[in-house]
Amino acid sequence: MNVVLAAGGPVIPNFGQGSSCEIHNGWFCTDWLRAHWGDTLQPALIQHIELAAIAVAVGFVLASALAFAGFRFRVLDPPIGVFADFLYTIPSIALFELLVPITGVTETTVEIALVLYTLLILYRNMIEGLRSVPPDVLEAARGSGLSRAQTLRRVELPLALPAVIAGLRIATVSTVSIATVAALVIPKGLGQPIFTALEEDVFKTEILCAGGLVVALALCADGLLVLAQRALTPWARLERSA
Amino acid sequence: MPGQAAELVFDEATKQYADRPEPAVDHLSLTVAAGEICVLVGPSGGGKTTALKLVNRLIELSSGDIRIDGTSVKEQNLVQLRRGIGYVIQQVGLFPHMNVEANIGTVPRLYGRSKAWIHTRSLELLELVGLDASYAKRYPAQLSGGERQRVGLARALAADPPLMLMDEPFGAIDPIVRARLQDEFLRLQREVRKTVVFVTHDIDEAIKVGDRIAILRVGGRLAQYDTPAAILERPADAFVAEFVGADRALKALALRTLAELELGPLDGVVDGAPRLPAEATLRDALSLLIAEKRDTLVVLDARGNPAGSLTKDDLLR
Repeated sequence: MNVVLAAGGPVIPNFGQGSSCEIHNGWFCTDWLRAHWGDTLQPALIQHIELAAIAVAVGFVLASALAFAGFRFRVLDPPIGVFADFLYTIPSIALFELLVPITGVTETTVEIALVLYTLLILYRNMIEGLRSVPPDVLEAARGSGLSRAQTLRRVELPLALPAVIAGLRIATVSTVSIATVAALVIPKGLGQPIFTALEEDVFKTEILCAGGLVVALALCADGLLVLAQRALTPWARLERSA
Repeated sequence: MPGQAAELVFDEATKQYADRPEPAVDHLSLTVAAGEICVLVGPSGGGKTTALKLVNRLIELSSGDIRIDGTSVKEQNLVQLRRGIGYVIQQVGLFPHMNVEANIGTVPRLYGRSKAWIHTRSLELLELVGLDASYAKRYPAQLSGGERQRVGLARALAADPPLMLMDEPFGAIDPIVRARLQDEFLRLQREVRKTVVFVTHDIDEAIKVGDRIAILRVGGRLAQYDTPAAILERPADAFVAEFVGADRALKALALRTLAELELGPLDGVVDGAPRLPAEATLRDALSLLIAEKRDTLVVLDARGNPAGSLTKDDLLR
């Protein structure tokens, strides 16, 4: 190993006996990936999945409650919608700043912010989905003697499902992406290795690996939701092609 | 679950919307005998659909009453009332996320029927409405307009309701398929013998399917309620006469078949005279004679053998 070069070379995060690729900060050092998958990337990936999954799950529950309220009582829809719009316009870093004084430098702060960002997309899609049920279908349901609750459960909810899943897809992908910024508040998720790599010098391999994992995670989650939609709404594709 | 057929009575049934000067349905009184088809027909604004929806309370009465087998619709639990009435609408309203079998099973499911029962029943009904059993697993998006309406009819019949409400059921279907569906509906009705209220704006359809026709005028007032033949022969007033059309005498001919007439002898009928089966209508027979420029036609029996002759005068007598 060339000592002179090593001394004058870039400061490499996760210092150790770096390979020449690492020392020269090459575009993609497979030996770094092999050495640090276990101690850096894998834990960050799992944390990232946790952060995003909790946010989407909690957001889904909250948005469902709001959507039922906004659907059942139409007067509630505009205020809920405007509020969700407003939340969505706050930049994520600013939202973290706003929340830290209240909830501290905790995972809660991160989750609250992530959940709030899912609300708009999930809420709007749920309301749209529930309202997209054709009037003749509703009339047939009423005329057949379905009660209001039965109409919701057996007709409106299943027919809203494609829109709901479409909303979940967007919310999931955007949450996976925004969760990267969570590392500004807590040392968790794939944002962590990215910020480390950015700290003193730009260590390309680590950024590429962590960034690539964020993209791959978003694509996988999206793909799973597409499969779920096909399984849950086999009729929807027929409707579109009909 | 229900069954049989019910007598339906409109008793001064009135619907007045607060924001309109004229009532939509104005003191409508008529009785539909059990097992009969009553067609509500009239111009738009005549309140025919409103009158229909007063029965299953998709629209509530302002005053008066409607009784099914003597029980007022107002005294019945809303969902129970509707489950006991088959409901067919123009846009069909099949549930797009359910296959044909699940659509047909809608009301039986509400009555707590098992999957197996619904499966058997849906196959029975598919056959009744002229669809192959393979349709059971298809989704509405995979059906043509005519097929959807057949499934809509099967769904309405699924719980064997004593009363059926049909709101322009064939209105959105092309004329050739519509004629076939009308024929099949009448065949089906001979089997199931339901009490049917059938709304249409098409007087020809009313004459074809109705045992009795109620003609409503704008403002929801009953202009005439009688059999098709009686309405065509003796329209109650100028409005009815105009509504049934200047060709009402020809329409009346369409109500009768050659089988109802006494046939003349075959001897003396020239070769090459037009021939028609006995179930042909008088209107078709007259039309044929005019087209062929003849005065006499040969009527065929069920086996296709000449049974007798009829002249133009016989048809018009």
